Amino acid sequence: MPIITIREALNQAIREELARDERVFLMGEEVAEYDGAYKVTKGLLKEFGPKRVIDSPITELGFAGLGVGAAMVGLRPIIEFMTFNFSILATDQIINSAAKMLYMSGGQFNIPIVFRGPSGSAFQVSSQHSQAIESWYAHFPGLKVVMPSTAADAKGLLKSAIRDDDPVIFMEQERMYGNKGEVPDDPDFTIPLGVADVKREGTDVTIVARSLMVPVALKAADKLQEQGVSCEVIDPRTIRPLDIDTIIDSVKKTNRVVLAEESHPICGINAEISTQIMERAFDHLDAPVKRVSGIDVPMPYAKNLENLVVPDVDRLIAAVKEVAYLD
Amino acid sequence: MSKQTAEPISAAGAEEKSSTSVLDASEPDQKTLGRERNEAKERQKSRLAAMDRDTLLNIYHQMLLIRRFEEKSAEVYVAGKIGGFCHLYIGQEAVAVGALSALRKDDYVITSYREHGHAIAKGMSPESVMAELYGKATGCSKGKGGSMHMFDKEVNFLGGHGIVGGQIPLATGTAFGSKYLGTDQVTLCFFGEAAVNQGAFHESLNMAQLWKLPVIYICENNRYGMGTSLERAMSLQNVAQKGDAYDMASEFVDGMDVLAVREATMRAVERGRKDYLPTLLEIRTYRFMGHSMSDPGNYRTRAEIEKYQERDPINLFVASLKEEKIVDDKALKRIDEEVKQQVENAVKFAEESPYPAPEELYTDIYANPIDPSKNKAR
Repeated sequence: MPIITIREALNQAIREELARDERVFLMGEEVAEYDGAYKVTKGLLKEFGPKRVIDSPITELGFAGLGVGAAMVGLRPIIEFMTFNFSILATDQIINSAAKMLYMSGGQFNIPIVFRGPSGSAFQVSSQHSQAIESWYAHFPGLKVVMPSTAADAKGLLKSAIRDDDPVIFMEQERMYGNKGEVPDDPDFTIPLGVADVKREGTDVTIVARSLMVPVALKAADKLQEQGVSCEVIDPRTIRPLDIDTIIDSVKKTNRVVLAEESHPICGINAEISTQIMERAFDHLDAPVKRVSGIDVPMPYAKNLENLVVPDVDRLIAAVKEVAYLD
Repeated sequence: MSKQTAEPISAAGAEEKSSTSVLDASEPDQKTLGRERNEAKERQKSRLAAMDRDTLLNIYHQMLLIRRFEEKSAEVYVAGKIGGFCHLYIGQEAVAVGALSALRKDDYVITSYREHGHAIAKGMSPESVMAELYGKATGCSKGKGGSMHMFDKEVNFLGGHGIVGGQIPLATGTAFGSKYLGTDQVTLCFFGEAAVNQGAFHESLNMAQLWKLPVIYICENNRYGMGTSLERAMSLQNVAQKGDAYDMASEFVDGMDVLAVREATMRAVERGRKDYLPTLLEIRTYRFMGHSMSDPGNYRTRAEIEKYQERDPINLFVASLKEEKIVDDKALKRIDEEVKQQVENAVKFAEESPYPAPEELYTDIYANPIDPSKNKAR
């Protein structure tokens, strides 16, 4: 299988879906002539032309709403936010229009749209450009929220998201675009939404990690293995709907669980997963559920401070040892 | 044409420009009121000649239907049959009816939460609209949307939307869709003047003119955003002029004259259908009732309301039709009876319809529902 970057995998997914379905178009800031602020959309303007690949003004609320309206009349927009930080300007259209249209129209108007772009912590861009806001979107019925961690997942899940008939929030990770992995080049390769993936099998402790935390968890698992602790790493991949069964099955096997995320802890996804574990697997737990989240502060600029915010291998190892009652 | 100005402000348009005084909020005296009303009527009568009788009667029928429907809505709201917010359209009927009379059936209409009138004028049945107000399963949105969220895909009525200005980007998107798909369907987007202060309005007009999209933005300027007057909320109160900021064609229209609204909309529709060009129409109107049913109305005077009631769009139209001998009392009475029957039927239908089944709570959330617990594709 070819080994490519997450950036290239996303590009392939968009290219293949643009080629597959005339109703699909891509709109966002700098997606066309500039080839994308992060080069995810490189070459697409040249291949598909300005009707299908459209540079928008800096007008997030406007073009997010335009996408929803276009979806109401049969198109399948891919709306790129240069980063999800800027989607905050568009939340009215995402939450009040896209998420609720099917329901409040009594089933008449579904919204097949993908809102995608990088999310999570970047490198030294301070508070407004470096935050993980998946729990906002995951809160709302009507939306689906996807967060891939590998190149293959990025491609397979994005293709499924574009083919899906509902609004999908597709959150890439700014720090991970250059990460490489094997990706099938079959144009029919897709990965279904709502299915977690066991990234590493283990027997002693379950680590649930998504997006940027998956490679961190895998590294921690490697190091812990050397110390005789076997970790199972589960990547939900889709946050809403959440494949909680796979997590519960793992917890029933290991009886210990650490939840990793880079977002703030309060009302976060880890808080939700923790509650569901408590509701469904309380009697299987040999230790309290342990959360490892981004530190509860706005992201600072200084490198040494920024390093303290995002969970790293050492914090995960410490958490695993805590639930395993080691040290 | 480097600048997309509206077709030179036809003779009729020019007249309106010069006679806008009647639509400002100053306290009137009876003599001025009467004179202005007569002037408005004469302008309307000059438009009648170009129209066939059936169309005129249909316009009257629709305006009256909306008026009586809304009066009935108020009545059953007070009786506790309708819940939530209920924003009535009484006083503004000429806007929806005049504008929608210029459309084809397959054109798109999208509007705000004050939408019962637009829904009926677009061809939705009064039964399905009233049943929605009652929260019944037979309502146009199956009882899930209520007064503020009515939809009907059959007639391309794309909804009432509850966030002020939220429908304006959506309309820009449906017009984008028409152009993308190469159809000649236009989109009519209604909103109040308070929505003009939202960023969504400005972002949308910019994109629509930039990309030449066939959308007609209709600002129903009824002078109040809830209880806040235009004067207290808007630095530049000439809404039509704001089109200039985006190089967009715009017109000012007397919203109490249903035929003036129709003519201006026809000009805009032609611009959209033939050349994929957007238009901004500022239609000056007035709501005779409160913002919603719970509005105490202490932000305006009785005299001000009465001034606008002098220009009641339905009374004005009836007077024009009668003076031009297009209808007689007998024909009007027949329409009144039909309308009365339609409204009674709507209420009967709503009363007798079932509430949504409890299972409906969980339907229509996703078009492709995913249940991870049943997904064993791993």
